[in-house]
Formats: sequence, structure tokens, C-alpha cells
Amino acid sequence: MKYTQCSLPKSKYDRIILGHGGGGKLTQSLLSDLFFPAFANPFLNQQHDGAILPVHDGRLAYTTDSFVVDPLFFPGGNIGDLAINGTVNDLLCCGAIPRYLSAGFIIEEGLPFDILKKIISSMAKAAQEANVVIVTGDTKVVERGKCDKIFINTSGIGVVRPDTQISPLNAQPGDVVIVSGQIGAHGICILSTRDNLGFETTVKSDTASLVDIVENLLSGVPEVHVIRDPTRGGLSSTLNEIASTAHVSIELEEEQIPVSEAVCSACELLGLDPLYIANEGIMLFILPGKYAEEALQLIRNSPHGKNAAIIGQVIGDEKAELSMKTSFGRKRIIDMVSGEQLPRIC
Amino acid sequence: MKYDKVFRNPDKVRQLSMAINRVCKHSWHIMEICGGQTHALAKYKIEELLPDKIRMIHGPGCPVCVTPVGIIDMALSLARRENVILVSFGDMMRVPGSKDDLLTVRAEGGDIRMVYSPLDALTIAQNNPNKEVVFFAIGFETTAPIHALTIEESYRRKITNFSLLTSLFLVPPAIYSLMRDKDCQLDGILAAGHVCSITGIEEYRNLALSQKVPVAITGFEPFDLLYGIYKCVLLLENKQYIVENAYSRAVTFEGNVKARQLMRKYFSLTNVEWRGLGTLPLSGLCIRDKYEQYDATKRFQLKTGHVKKERFCVSGEIMKGKMLPDTCIHFGKRCTPEHPLGAAMVSSEGVCSAFYRYKI
Repeated sequence: MKYTQCSLPKSKYDRIILGHGGGGKLTQSLLSDLFFPAFANPFLNQQHDGAILPVHDGRLAYTTDSFVVDPLFFPGGNIGDLAINGTVNDLLCCGAIPRYLSAGFIIEEGLPFDILKKIISSMAKAAQEANVVIVTGDTKVVERGKCDKIFINTSGIGVVRPDTQISPLNAQPGDVVIVSGQIGAHGICILSTRDNLGFETTVKSDTASLVDIVENLLSGVPEVHVIRDPTRGGLSSTLNEIASTAHVSIELEEEQIPVSEAVCSACELLGLDPLYIANEGIMLFILPGKYAEEALQLIRNSPHGKNAAIIGQVIGDEKAELSMKTSFGRKRIIDMVSGEQLPRIC
Repeated sequence: MKYDKVFRNPDKVRQLSMAINRVCKHSWHIMEICGGQTHALAKYKIEELLPDKIRMIHGPGCPVCVTPVGIIDMALSLARRENVILVSFGDMMRVPGSKDDLLTVRAEGGDIRMVYSPLDALTIAQNNPNKEVVFFAIGFETTAPIHALTIEESYRRKITNFSLLTSLFLVPPAIYSLMRDKDCQLDGILAAGHVCSITGIEEYRNLALSQKVPVAITGFEPFDLLYGIYKCVLLLENKQYIVENAYSRAVTFEGNVKARQLMRKYFSLTNVEWRGLGTLPLSGLCIRDKYEQYDATKRFQLKTGHVKKERFCVSGEIMKGKMLPDTCIHFGKRCTPEHPLGAAMVSSEGVCSAFYRYKI
């Protein structure tokens, strides 16, 4: 199309202005200079109002998530790869092979172009790594102060593997709980970048799509009951939700839960509990005990699953509670987090 | 973490637990003063490792819990002012005053910043010269020296838009007051290690002698807590009313002299109200008149408004060991961490909150 080649000189605007969301020439130049080349694929290249996708036999998984992280860039990632990995991981939790993503951007006027470019290129890279394509999208620009720099929404469609029945409802007594890696890195990394908390750490966000782990596991183990990514609220919230949905109790072993030393010390310092800290590159698997060791090996053989561990088991108890056997052999209940976890002072 | 592994070593913890069982011959009521210790006791289920003869009483040592409603109301009113940035520790954010909490006022548009170090409040003041920056300075002897340091630094850096709304408590006067209460059945005390690292041991020696109560200065890890209890039980069984330092890796006899000098320079003793316990004589600190420009109550002419009595809450009775949280009819029903009725439920280190969270 003619106007796509007629972008305004790049030097004229080094940051996003309201006009970039106005639907006119500036919007078009934004799309043709930045979004289309970065995300290029046959569906998006049609530049249609929506993407027309082939219908698959079987079942589809469909999910959506919005990303509003502050700061936009943090050690280990940025809002861009987070937005791709988050939605890809949600599809994986349905037992699906992630295929197509949409991306919606709400941008605050004044956002430097360089920042946007970095975010878009991270998204493109993350999408490539997860083997998904961004097939449709939308961009809105709002006045300064109406949003915080940039918010991203991604929706995703995946094709559910035949013969898999993965749902929180399926957790049952005799199952084991496996976590794919060390917990708490993302939440601690984000906290450390908030300028007024005044603590430094080497912890990097764990943001990653975990296609490799789920692929390995589902190809090798005939029965997996639940897959969940313990993002906000951490391990405790996700496992509490599963316990109450499936009407089972879950018992964890404190000593088995993998936590890095750096996350451990940051939690000690800030008075936080790693069980409640957000993760972005961790999966929880619940599957029959008889496959536990086999599953663990398959996960550990995946690039993102080296630190995987069996951390607990599902027991048939109608209380539907999450508990943990402490290192001293005592049992305590792990409740859902109430509100935001706030650093304590002593 | 290596440090944790040493002081949370299950074998060492079991050995200590057995040692306590061996030496404990009589029934004893032992109070841990500090909320951090209460939290750790609940989290690691340490009371289950103790003989039945020992009952732990969970003391008033959480500054968030005992900060009175009147002062929280003052903080809320400051945070609502157009030209004020209120700076607070994270765990004060959801503690309710008469009506709202700081999180609600922030949602309404109040400029409230959370910091981990009080000195960061000074940076906020420097970066916002057209705003008044008020730091909500709560704490015990542990944090008071850092608050004093913010005043000193503010003076040195010539920052004129900074003040403190203080709610500062001293532990020993509260213990004396508890001991004077006839109903308070207290045999031994675990003093808070980090407080003693500032105050030193002298003050507790006088307390032990005059009140005939052994004191074990105790840390916060499972091993530390059990070691403190072990030492306390030994003293009790031998009728020795002295102080035993069971946290010598952090506490010295003289404590932190410099920190105390700093405290004395900027703060003077005053009667303060403890939420749940009432007003206790000379149990707190206020900013000396000489430095009144740093005192937010004077700078903004704040007055305590009418505060409704928390008539359903029995925190005081619980902190004195007269009741246990789960014997309160409201515990876990009308009173939860989301909707606390009073002091012991408002902060994660309050005894009711610890009981609720870890379902003791």
C-alpha cells in the first residue's frame, strides 16, 4: 500500500505523540516502520482488521493477560518478553501448543521511541523462541498521566494436544507436585528495582516461556493432571486455588522447595516469604505418583527445568487446605496471601 | 543460605528441644517480647517442640500493632493534604485508623511513598523541594536511632521540608507495667535481641533483679529461640533472677553507645499510648523542643481527634498472657487480618495475626 511507504522522517519524532494513535499517517508509519517488520508473518502481513486463521480439528485453548509492570525494564527481561511469555505459559497450562497471539498496546504520550523499539524487539524475539506468531494487534496512545508509559495486553490461541485433560479440577490423592525451578526470582527482582526500597540484589527475573519443559513432559508421560504457572501470589496462592477447586489437600515439604540463596536472603531482609513471591518462568505440575521420577527427569532435561524438584503431594482430605511440613517435622497451614505483600520493618 | 542452615539446622533444633525437656521440671509462663519472635515461633511451630509445662505468652513487641489509632489518624490526615508526601514503612500501609488506612488514602490520590530505610525519605524530600515530606517514624529502640539520624542528616544537608510523625516506644517500661499487673502471670522473659543490641544489658539486669524475673536475651532464628528458652528455663529452675545473653553474636554488654547518644540528642522520654495497653508512663520518645521544626505534630499543629474505643478487642489481655488469641470470640470471625478489630491483628507480627496466619 502506498501510504505504508510514506512514513514521516524518523528524526521528526523521537517519542510517541498522541497522533501515533490517531489512526492517520503517523499510526500507519508506526505500524509499517516498527510493528509489521518486527512481527512479520503471513497472517499479520495481510494488514486486515482481524487475522483469518485456519481451523484445527480438536480443541482450542484461548487466554488473555495484561501487563502493567513497573519498571518496564528489569534485570532478566522487560514488559515485552513478559507479555509474550506470560500468555504462552497460560496456553501451556491448558495442555495446548501455543500458536497465535494478539498484542494490544496502550501507550502514554511521550514514551521515547527507543524504549518502544526495545520492547517490540524483545517481544519479537520471545515470540520466535516460543514458536508463536503475533497475528493481530492494536495501538492506542493516551494523554500523559492517563497510563504509566506503556501497558500491553496479549491474547493467545493454542491447539490442545489430543488425549490431554489438564485442569485444576483433576488434582487427586496420590498425585505429586513438581515445581520446574527455583521460586521467587521475578518478584524479588522487581522489588529490588523499585528505587525507594533501597536494597540491591543480583537476582534476575526468571521470565521465560516454558514450551521446552511442557513439550518434553507431555511427550514422555501419559498422564498429567494439572499444569499451572504460579505468577502473582506465588506458589501458595496457586496451590491454594488448586486445592479448593479440586477439593483436595496439598502437603508440601519445606526442605524440597528450591529457592536460590539470593532470593532467600532478600526475603529475610525484607520480611517476605518466598512462597508468596511472584514467578514468571516457573511451572507447577501435578501428576500421578507413579510417574513422578520419570516426569522429574524429563523436566530436568529441559533447558529451563534444571532445578526442578518434587515438592509435595496431594492427599484426600476434604479440608482442601495447603500445608507444609517444616524442616523440623511440624506441619503448618499455608494461607492465601491477603492483599499486597508489604515489607515489614523488624 | 548458609546462615539459615546453621540456625535452622533440624538436628540442632531437635537436640535443643530435648535439652529443654530434660531441664524443665516445673510449669513456667515465658513471654517473648518481640513480634518478630512471635512470628518465628508460629512459623516454625516451635511451641510444639516445647514440653507441655512451658506456656509461651506473646508480648506487646510489635510497633505497628501498638501505634495508637490517634496517630494513624494524624498520618491519614497529613497524607490527604495537597502539599504533603507521606513516607512510611510498608507494614503501616494497611493498618486501619478510625476509618481508613494508608492504602485507601493512596488510592484516593494521596501521595504516600513506601520506603525500607528512613534515610530514603530524605532523598524524597530533596527531590521534592516544593512539597512537605513527612516520615511516619514508628518503632522501638531498634529503629529510633535511625530516625534520630534522619534528623541529624536533614540538618546537615539543610533540608527544610522534612519532618517526622513519631510513634516511638521503649520496651523496658512496658515490661515493668506488665509485671505490675496482678493478673499477669509471667515467670520469665525472652528479651528481643535486636533491641538489646542497642540498649545493652544493664537495663535488663535491673529489671530482672527488681521484678524477680529471669531474662534471656534471645534472637530470631529457630535455634536462637529454643536456646533462649533453654537458658530461661535453666534460670527459672535455679531461681536465678539475672540476665543471660543467649544472643551473644549480636548483643554486647554495653550495647550500641553511639546509637543511644544519637537517640538522647534528638528525643526525650514521654508518656505514650500503646494500642491495646493504654497509656504507659515514660514508655516512649518524642522529639526534643529544640528540634521542634522536625516534629510534624507541631509543624502542622496536629491534634488527636476523638478516637472510638476498640471495645470488641481484647488485645491487651492477650498481650498480658491472660487470654490466647483463639479464645477470643471474634478471632477468625469478625476479626481477621483483612478486617482487624484491634492491635494484635493489624500487623503480620501481631500475635493474633501470627496465630491466624499459621493456624497455631
